[in-house]
Amino acid sequence: MLKSKDTIFDGLYSFGVSRRNFIKFCASMSATLALSSSAVPQIVEALEKKKKPYAIWLHFQECTGDTESILRASKPSIAQIVLDIVSLEYHETIMAGSGHAAEKALHDVVKNQKAKYIAIVEGSIPIKDGGIYCTIGGRTALDIANEVCGNAFVTLNVGSCSCWGGVSSAKPNPTGAVGIADAVSGIKYVNLPGCPVNAENITATIVHYLTFGTLPVLDRHNRPLFAYGKRIHDNCERRPHFDAGQFVRKWGDEGHRLGWCLYELGCKGPMAYKNCPTIKWNEGISYPIQAGHPCFACASNDSWDVFGPIYTRAPHVPGAGYQATADKIGAAVVAGTAAAVATHAAIRTFLGYKQKEKFAKEKDEADKIK
Amino acid sequence: MINRGSYVWQPQKMDMFRKSRKAQDKRLYVWQLPIRLSHWLNILCITSLIITGYYISNPFMHAISEDQSIMAMMRFIHFVSAHILIASALIRIYWLFAGNKFARLKEFLPFTAEKRKEVLCFIKFYAFLKKEVHHPIGHNALAAISYSFAYFMIFLAILTGYALYSESHTGFFWYLAGGWVFGILSDGTIRLIHHFVMWVLTAFLIVHVYIVWLNDNIEGNGLISSIFTGYKIYHKD
Ligand code: SF4
Repeated sequence: MLKSKDTIFDGLYSFGVSRRNFIKFCASMSATLALSSSAVPQIVEALEKKKKPYAIWLHFQECTGDTESILRASKPSIAQIVLDIVSLEYHETIMAGSGHAAEKALHDVVKNQKAKYIAIVEGSIPIKDGGIYCTIGGRTALDIANEVCGNAFVTLNVGSCSCWGGVSSAKPNPTGAVGIADAVSGIKYVNLPGCPVNAENITATIVHYLTFGTLPVLDRHNRPLFAYGKRIHDNCERRPHFDAGQFVRKWGDEGHRLGWCLYELGCKGPMAYKNCPTIKWNEGISYPIQAGHPCFACASNDSWDVFGPIYTRAPHVPGAGYQATADKIGAAVVAGTAAAVATHAAIRTFLGYKQKEKFAKEKDEADKIK
Repeated sequence: MINRGSYVWQPQKMDMFRKSRKAQDKRLYVWQLPIRLSHWLNILCITSLIITGYYISNPFMHAISEDQSIMAMMRFIHFVSAHILIASALIRIYWLFAGNKFARLKEFLPFTAEKRKEVLCFIKFYAFLKKEVHHPIGHNALAAISYSFAYFMIFLAILTGYALYSESHTGFFWYLAGGWVFGILSDGTIRLIHHFVMWVLTAFLIVHVYIVWLNDNIEGNGLISSIFTGYKIYHKD
């Protein structure tokens, strides 16, 4: 464990991160936060002088993708920075300690740093059947979250699972998985959804807090606006092909090779909010759409049950059978109506024929009487 | 000009029948200009909205060259039609209060016992359980309900449409127009509703055209021509 009294820069320096790289990092943070370059010195100062905040990283029902997303950063120095921006006291995947010693470290932070530490949570919490579907050290996830998140200064929900249940809460959701905010009420939290979340967004949120003493501006789903304020579709480099009407029809067809719009392969970019097109992944190398795969709105609450299946466009109708899409049902409604109208017309013609004949006859007779 | 339906099987007799009735016919001015205007704007816009909307959800035509802009064009037409439809709805709403008695709000509220009876009568009539009904001069009560339903669908489409529009048009005005809906419904649900309204309105159009044709044919009240001219034929008998 790192000595928590160190400032962030001290910690980085002892790991061999050069000052040049440190400044570069601060500049990239300011860019991620959509601040002007004049904010860079402020960030540098804050990170040089302020003590690292304590942090606890919890894993519940998840795939450790968010941890991977940080650890797999291609430049080692950046991975170092991301992990060293906080004094990480507990992280099941990467901590050296184990067993009771590790649990003790967790309790110490919760007790001694009450309302001062940051809880970072990865994974959803199953609440069905008393929460027995996820237990760590004999305690349920719900129990641990109540203790750790309940006493934290703020909880950062990293990844879609801890924000709103993610893939583990997709129908039929056998474990009753929910996001942290739904499981533990009354906590202060920031949602950083994504499958996985982008490491830069976690770091930038913390850097914002360290520099300005406040959390970044959040939207109605408690997501920081700097990362989730823009729609992928509006920032997508394939957008001109969308407007032109040039769509990839099949995997590997000519349009796909030419980089056309992935709309018809089921791209959910028009419904997805995240800064993927600008900060991308793996140190800005690429991101799904750039690599030729449609976005499936991994950061959205709807990605599985409503927007799915991944490679289909029309939204899913909840509760209307597994493969039924809105279009199929809609077409059935119209076809049914047309059939009903046609039947009605047929019966009407048949009945009407008789009626009119009778009517004409009556008229005839009436005229005769006259 | 007045379509009474053609009874091809007994042309001479029907001619006689028509003439004898015509003597007693009265032309009544029922649909005032704003009603007709709004009606035809609705038809125009809804048709174009259905076609372009379907294209947006499922682009069935593809561009051959880079300099085309089919999707952009479709979206443009969709948005323009949507705003004309809203204008038309506003005209209609204004005329709910300013129009003649056939256009007023009261026509659309089936809250009197008489109206409820009329609804039942017409349901029976269309279900072949009743041979004849008394057709009122304006809308019958069942038709009025179906139009209220159609307008409700249009209202849903406008609301969800503005919500989706606000995704790419930020700012307070668009938030007021529809962005706030995201506070109640999720993005997926909003899209689902917007998409579904298209199908429901398509079904409505089919039923509407058929029933109007049917009534015109049975009643000989010039219903179809009335939405062009405003005049309905009223038989004294
Ligand atoms: S690839 Fe997806 S996000 Fe990009 S323009 Fe096409 S639909 Fe929009």
